[in-house]
Amino acid sequence: MKKNDQIRSETVIGAVRQSFVMLNPVKLAKNPVMFIVEVGSLLTTVLAVRAAVLHTGEVLFSSVISLWLWLTLLFANFAESLAELQGKAQAESLRTTRAETFARLVVGTDVRRVSGSSLKKWDKFLLSPGEIVPTDGEIIAGVASIDESAITGESAPVIREAGGDRSGVTGGTRVLAGEITVVVAANPGETFLDRMIALVEGATRKKSPNEIALSILLIGLTLIFLLVVATLPAFASYAKVESDPVVLIALLVCLIPTTIAGLLPAIGIAGIDRAFRANVVAKSGKAVEVAGDIDLLLLDKTGTITFGNRQAVQLLPAQDVSREELARACRLASLHDPTPEGKSTLTLAESEEGLRGEAGLPERLEPVPFTPETRMSGADTSDGAYRKGSEDAIESYLGTPLPPIVREAVSGIAQSGGTPLVVVRDRKVLGVIHLKDIVKPGLTERFERLRRMGVSTVMVTGDNPLTAQAIAREAGIDDFFAKARPEDKMALIKKEQDKGRLVAMSGDGTNDAPSLAQADVALAMNSGTQAAKEAANMVDLDSDPTKIIEVVEIGKQLLITRGALTTFSVANDVAKYFAILPAMFVASFPQLGVLNIMKLSTPVSAVTSAIIFNALIIPALIPLALKGVRYRPVGAAALLRRNLLVYGLGGILVPFLGIKLIDMALTFLHFS
Amino acid sequence: MTAHDVTQIILAFLAVGAMAPIVGRYLAWVFTSPRIAVERWIFRAIGSDCDREMGWREYATTLLVSNGVFFAAGYLLLWAQGHLPLNPRHLAPLTPEVTFNTAASFVTNTNWQAYAGEAQLSNFSQMVPIVFLMFVGANTGIAALVAILRGFTRAGASTVGNFWDDFFRFFVRAFLPSCLLLGLVLVWQGCPQTLATSVVAHPLEGGTQTIVMGPVASLESVKNLGTNGGGFFNANGAHPYENPTPFSNMLEFLAMMVFTSSLPFLFGRLTRRPRQGWALFAVIMVLYGGGLAVIEKSEKAPNPLLAAANVAQASSSLQSGGNTEGKEVRFGITQTSLFTNTTIAATTGAVDAAIDSMLPSSLMVTFSHMWLNEEPGGKGVGFAGLLKEAILAIFLAGLMVGRTPEFLGKKLESREIKLAALALIVTPLLVLGLTAVGVTTTVGTSTIDNPGPHGFEEVLYAFSSGNANNGSAMAGLTVSTPFYADSIAVEMLLARYLPLLPLLALAGSLARKRTHPETAGTLPTDTPLFVALLLGFMLMVGLLTFFPALMLGPILEQLSLLHGVSF
Repeated sequence: MKKNDQIRSETVIGAVRQSFVMLNPVKLAKNPVMFIVEVGSLLTTVLAVRAAVLHTGEVLFSSVISLWLWLTLLFANFAESLAELQGKAQAESLRTTRAETFARLVVGTDVRRVSGSSLKKWDKFLLSPGEIVPTDGEIIAGVASIDESAITGESAPVIREAGGDRSGVTGGTRVLAGEITVVVAANPGETFLDRMIALVEGATRKKSPNEIALSILLIGLTLIFLLVVATLPAFASYAKVESDPVVLIALLVCLIPTTIAGLLPAIGIAGIDRAFRANVVAKSGKAVEVAGDIDLLLLDKTGTITFGNRQAVQLLPAQDVSREELARACRLASLHDPTPEGKSTLTLAESEEGLRGEAGLPERLEPVPFTPETRMSGADTSDGAYRKGSEDAIESYLGTPLPPIVREAVSGIAQSGGTPLVVVRDRKVLGVIHLKDIVKPGLTERFERLRRMGVSTVMVTGDNPLTAQAIAREAGIDDFFAKARPEDKMALIKKEQDKGRLVAMSGDGTNDAPSLAQADVALAMNSGTQAAKEAANMVDLDSDPTKIIEVVEIGKQLLITRGALTTFSVANDVAKYFAILPAMFVASFPQLGVLNIMKLSTPVSAVTSAIIFNALIIPALIPLALKGVRYRPVGAAALLRRNLLVYGLGGILVPFLGIKLIDMALTFLHFS
Repeated sequence: MTAHDVTQIILAFLAVGAMAPIVGRYLAWVFTSPRIAVERWIFRAIGSDCDREMGWREYATTLLVSNGVFFAAGYLLLWAQGHLPLNPRHLAPLTPEVTFNTAASFVTNTNWQAYAGEAQLSNFSQMVPIVFLMFVGANTGIAALVAILRGFTRAGASTVGNFWDDFFRFFVRAFLPSCLLLGLVLVWQGCPQTLATSVVAHPLEGGTQTIVMGPVASLESVKNLGTNGGGFFNANGAHPYENPTPFSNMLEFLAMMVFTSSLPFLFGRLTRRPRQGWALFAVIMVLYGGGLAVIEKSEKAPNPLLAAANVAQASSSLQSGGNTEGKEVRFGITQTSLFTNTTIAATTGAVDAAIDSMLPSSLMVTFSHMWLNEEPGGKGVGFAGLLKEAILAIFLAGLMVGRTPEFLGKKLESREIKLAALALIVTPLLVLGLTAVGVTTTVGTSTIDNPGPHGFEEVLYAFSSGNANNGSAMAGLTVSTPFYADSIAVEMLLARYLPLLPLLALAGSLARKRTHPETAGTLPTDTPLFVALLLGFMLMVGLLTFFPALMLGPILEQLSLLHGVSF
């Protein structure tokens, strides 16, 4: 996928336009904090006009405060619009790829050519090589090789076929080879991409549970500050000081948490957008958020932790057999074996023997393919009959038990979690091939990162416990569940959930669907079946099961950003008090001048500086809100210490500096 | 500070530090062990099924209705004083507004006194309605807290306990025995405990003097152990009959702390997280100790106005030094600072010195204690308030570890935040709102004694004390007028029950939730970092809420004082 990492100028222009549209009070009412700012802006505007007409009060001061209050609103609106338009641009860039497609619709026995956008759920259509897939669907007949680079960016074609767990096709991809029949998965406007676009658009976006809780806290704080500012004129009047309504409004806006209230929608949208940049389509904001809370990650062994096929890693010769002899036997026995195991044995044997291709082959060579009955494969040659197979298959082929040394090698391999294959020539045991599951590189480090954040990992496999344990140890997995049947996975999830843990998993098959629905965070593979995609709350366009780890980190980053900016916003208030309160009372009580610890030049400049800082901090923090606070897998205690220092202590100190600098600039401009 | 002062303070802290964990353990036993015989007899007598668990709504309703009945009983008994026995002096009933104020004040554990104790109440009134309400007020607070704690100890439960069970367990096994014991010790120290109303003294200068007395020791013991306040005599807790010796002064100080400071340990025991108990105890003691340090330093320092007049105010072996105005010479500055800091912080409200005469910087401490009201705060409700602050602090900062914030395995979601925020708003609403009314209306300003910021402080103090269910008075403001008597009465009732309802609802919500196991990704809540976080949050929110009031009151007065201006 094309990544829009840079913010395009048309997005910015659109966001600016949108910022003004969003001033509509009906729209703003859903964000009570910003709604209060709007009421304050209107009031100060009225006061400024009144001062100008009636020649009462300071026109310039009221106008400047009013102007900056409007700017505060526009900056907040801009943050939300920008996040929204950026996300939309991402999603739209995908949607355009399927604009002008057509489909060969199957109606009874007829085939009709219709526009791709007219396809409805359950419609069936045909696809031939070279055609663009018009919409998301599931293959019900045939097999095809498909180029998914338009959505995944991966150029290697993938195989999709009916009946299995890899039957899903996505709109916008191209068929390279094969004829397939596809049933449409979703009505127009309801595909994953459509849902994603709707999600980033404010209109349909629902606040996530944590966002709601935070909004409640912000409203609570706002109510407290409303009380503080509303009672201040009464206290002041007892002290025989008259309060300027413009200053009171300025104080209120400075105190209520405008920074976080203004950036909160943008942070949420940006989180969904970050998931999307990782090619994960989330069905709701909640899904991304819950990912941060995960305690336990269920991972399938095959395909997720290991490459999914066993590879030969070692050849162990029997007594009185040379390495070359064994390697040659392995090569001959595997020359016509198309399985991954066979291919890897061939590769290993060739490198041990130093011979390739036709070199050194016997005159006559007849391949003996693997059959379920013999459970062996090999070749009959002029040199003899070569066979390789499992321990018991070979034993029944030989009719005698294996020699003790070979038996020892076999059990050694089995105990280490590998699979032994015994190689014979004309009933003589030559040695053993050590086949092993290969753990994907880089996983161990990722699991370690997860562990430091308190997420434990469980591997689910149909293998025997011995093999499972070996792989789990090698990959750095915390726990494993061996000899698992598909229904066991569901039971495991429920059991862990009853213990109070939140469980995440990825899956693609129809038999994964119930578990995906049960898990708290479920990532379905885009290549998977429709049932799996429906049951999950996220879909990975790259069909990479390990992507779930990235999703967990994105969820955590979303919550961290929200918490950091809230803390920062509230901590900012201290400095604003020290700017505005002395300014309000120093004329009547010069002794209070000592509270003006920033030594701001005049009361007018002090109030103005505070309100300008309060407005400017919003655009200053937009990049952080959109990119997210950097996530570090260092454990909760260390993370809290660091973030408290940066956003808590920093939040107290930064505005002192900022307000002082603005005051100096205002003094320089003779505005005081 | 002299070595004596340091020793006294260190001893006081050691005593509290040694006592609190043991009492916390004892209380845990009280609330978790099988009923003892006395409790079974009581329940049989009142015919209540105390094994039946209550949901939070029923618990809260029972609490409210029972307190309503207690209030009505107290009101009637005070109102009927003239027709009741043990009134040989034929004292008339209180005015309706003062009766209302007093019943509200004692049922809410505030014990604000709009009446003059020995001058207006008969021995019967002191012994029955007053002491009865003192007992039930403190018991109600503890019962409510235990229900709130069950929110953390239970999972998937729809109930939070039985109100009467909690109420009587504390009463029978902890409150009543300790009151009896302390009462006897106070009698030994010299407190009167008699049904006689007065004694005639023959002073050296000739003539006679009638000194009022009565069942003082019993009332004093309940007053301090229940963090009630509201002494027998109008003067204050330094009256020689209420507080005869420095030893009784120390005992009364410890009595105020004994149950309140042990509640974090009760929490630690019940949740099986002793470290959590210590962490919350540390938060309490930092705020408590910080307050003490400021009061001690302010009161020990020379008064700037007297210093200008060349008065020797230094502390030495011959004189206590510092600001001795309004203080009892027997106790000196340090004992007074300890007592004052404790009585305000633990919301007892029984003072042994004139708050009005303290320096503005000391007043800042008394205000802060009343606004936070959680260091350790009143019986039960103070610690419940601290848990509310912990929930809000964890929610705010806890997001920064990248998880939905959790406290002791309970996820904090919108319902919890809504309820905790509701409880948080009550204090600013009542204190700031009523003070604004008080300082802008004639009925409010007409009974203020002092001009300027000091007069402002007097009104602010009255409403802060009522809201904190503290009951201490700064004096200088006449509060028996209908405006103050009624508004403070209503305030005390609202301040008591408004935050308690959301906190009980919070407990109900937490008890229903499942408890999540802790991992490396969970915010640790029993570390020094957490103590700092919670302190930072409490001070920050408190400061942001009350800084304007603080600035126009004690800060302005203190700064003026330095410029030689007094009010």
